[in-house]
Amino acid sequence: MRQIFKTAALLLTLCAAQLGVTQGACAQEKFITIASTTSTQDSGLFGYLLPLFKAKTGIDVKVIAQGTGQALDTARRGDADVVFVHAKAAEEKFLAEGFAQKRFDVMYNDFVLIGPANDPAGIKGSKDIVAALKKIQGQGAAFVSRGDKSGTHLAELALWQDAAIDVSANKGAWYREIGQGMGAALNTAKAMGAYVLADRATWISFKNKDGSMIAVEGDKRLFNQYGVMLVNPARHPSVKADLGQSFVDYVISPEGQKVIAGYQIEGQQLFFPNAGK
Amino acid sequence: MRAPVSDLPLVFSKACVNLGATPLLRDIDLVIAPGAPSLVIGPNGAGKSTLLRLAMGLLAPTSGTVTWGGSRDPAPRRRAILFQRPVMLRRSAQGNVAYALLQAGCARADVVGRAHHLLERVGLAALAHRPARHLSGGEQQRLALARALARDPEILLLDEPTANLDPAATRAVEAIIGEAAASGIKILMTSHDLGQVRRLAGEVHFLVAGRLRESASAAAFFDHPQSPLAQAFLRGDIVAEA
Amino acid sequence: MQEGLGAWQLVVSGDPGLYGIVGLSLAISLSAVALAALVGLPLGGLLALTRFPGRGAVIVLANALMGLPPVVVGLVVYLLLSRSGPLGSFGLLFTPTAMVIAQAILITPIIAALTRQTVEDLWLEYRDEMNAMGVSPLGRLATLLYDARVSLITTLLAGFGRAAAEVGAVMIVGGNIDGFTRTMTTAIALETSKGDLPLAMGLGFVLVSIVLAVNASAWGLRLFAQKRIG
Repeated sequence: MRQIFKTAALLLTLCAAQLGVTQGACAQEKFITIASTTSTQDSGLFGYLLPLFKAKTGIDVKVIAQGTGQALDTARRGDADVVFVHAKAAEEKFLAEGFAQKRFDVMYNDFVLIGPANDPAGIKGSKDIVAALKKIQGQGAAFVSRGDKSGTHLAELALWQDAAIDVSANKGAWYREIGQGMGAALNTAKAMGAYVLADRATWISFKNKDGSMIAVEGDKRLFNQYGVMLVNPARHPSVKADLGQSFVDYVISPEGQKVIAGYQIEGQQLFFPNAGK
Repeated sequence: MRAPVSDLPLVFSKACVNLGATPLLRDIDLVIAPGAPSLVIGPNGAGKSTLLRLAMGLLAPTSGTVTWGGSRDPAPRRRAILFQRPVMLRRSAQGNVAYALLQAGCARADVVGRAHHLLERVGLAALAHRPARHLSGGEQQRLALARALARDPEILLLDEPTANLDPAATRAVEAIIGEAAASGIKILMTSHDLGQVRRLAGEVHFLVAGRLRESASAAAFFDHPQSPLAQAFLRGDIVAEA
Repeated sequence: MQEGLGAWQLVVSGDPGLYGIVGLSLAISLSAVALAALVGLPLGGLLALTRFPGRGAVIVLANALMGLPPVVVGLVVYLLLSRSGPLGSFGLLFTPTAMVIAQAILITPIIAALTRQTVEDLWLEYRDEMNAMGVSPLGRLATLLYDARVSLITTLLAGFGRAAAEVGAVMIVGGNIDGFTRTMTTAIALETSKGDLPLAMGLGFVLVSIVLAVNASAWGLRLFAQKRIG
């Protein structure tokens, strides 16, 4: 009997100790939570930007990388202090609902249409994304869609609309929605020999490119704007308004903008700051 | 340590046990009082083990009553049982005895000392820290006896305690039973070994097909069995009720 | 073995980031096992020893919940712990504690269901002896759990294996925050999505090695215990 209690007590202590350990990290006083997109995280921008931000302000940043739609929902629930996403229409809806008071442009990059090297739709080198999409549909070439209400997904849907193609009628045929993040979509498209719309930053930092290439780039309609918002503390009192505002102020400040412009992979600039323009 | 209650005399009156529609024991009238060992004998399937389980209170009579010291409460107070195949707790030999002591209400401070004493009594002191399940059959039986004795019983129920043992182990177990009886513990035991019955019994109860056929002192039973069934049994004939 | 090279280099070079992730994974999963054991062991034992109307249904439920999808658990815990949820004021979402809670919920049914089976089997063996000793109901529970301890190690391992391997729940409630809630499995998912398949594969090897090491130590413990207690 006594051993039973000893064992139980041991387990309890162990458990409490473990929780203590894991909670230790939580005890850091100054931190904010940012709901952002996979592209900013996977491209390595945050890994580059956040240590500089912390060195300046002493604020730790915890990044939850989700699709834009999910990131905005996380913030709507009050589980983030700042959102940093890229789907202007969805962001303006978020503003209109009162979940934020102000939205700031931060930077842009562009989307690129990625395809297999053998280019079954014959669109390589085109600068007209709408024409390219029409060709893909015409050839019945495979196309992978994020299907996750991310910024990239919303941008893709808008492009299909520009091309007057109803993709919902082609689901399961050549149009394949996978409901996953950018990286997963790139992996899947590569495995299927399919086309896929990606943001350039993720594409440049993506490491599984063999056999894939950029098929279409440089169309103005492929422009990809990122915005930042402080979640409205009036809606969620748990929001760390001061610390969150410091982050917003930093990324749109000349200093933060310079940092963003300076982030490169293999000599290529990934994001182009355009705050206040 | 415990309320001064007694489990003796153990009285069966018109006790019947049925398993579904099959009667296992029928109209048992029996009084077990302090004194020399009582042995229950009879052919296989006579209901000997059922009788012991009833005596322990592990089984409720289908009809009739069983009382211990006048009480019908089956909670074991001053009685203990040794099963034909005792189950060893997954602990050391000493741990097994200590467990029985604690369950019997022994004060924690006395447990180790008394466990050691009991293990000495059954000749297992040297194996106190051996895992009980690694002991031989005979050693396990002796350990189970120590566990039963840990309850400081007035009456000790033994179900074929030597059925699976070799002669040496049988002698050792019989010696412990004899000492227990000599120390004043009432023994109620089943056996199919007539030599053992002769060695241990003060009185004999002869059970056939769930009915008590004959009860007598050991001497009287062996010298002058009354019923033809008992006579046949003692001759070594196959006994079954017509 | 080109695949694992990146990760093994991290292991050999003592990369603090990797060790942090490994340590966090272990701490979270072990805490979850401890928490689930505190609930699941007595619960399974009680189910084994008690008889009440609807017991069969509870057992079927517990057995079925062994297959609980981690994402569902993650979602439920997320909704509970979210600032807009009933427990939002504790601010636990996206913390290791939330991950421990989710994993504990995930594996409690496993521990309870397997414990019930083990204890019920042992009870069949012990019943007569324990009744003859007049053991109280609570005493029975404690004795059976204690005497089944060797088998229950395997039960706890099953829980640990499930906790350490799952990614759906910790991803949702932990948020995969670098240096804070990133575990082996979420790191593997992340590296896969970044297209760094060699690193993901290597991290997978590391995770399997850790699970293997935990199981090997438990196996050793089991052998030792079996030798000691039979």
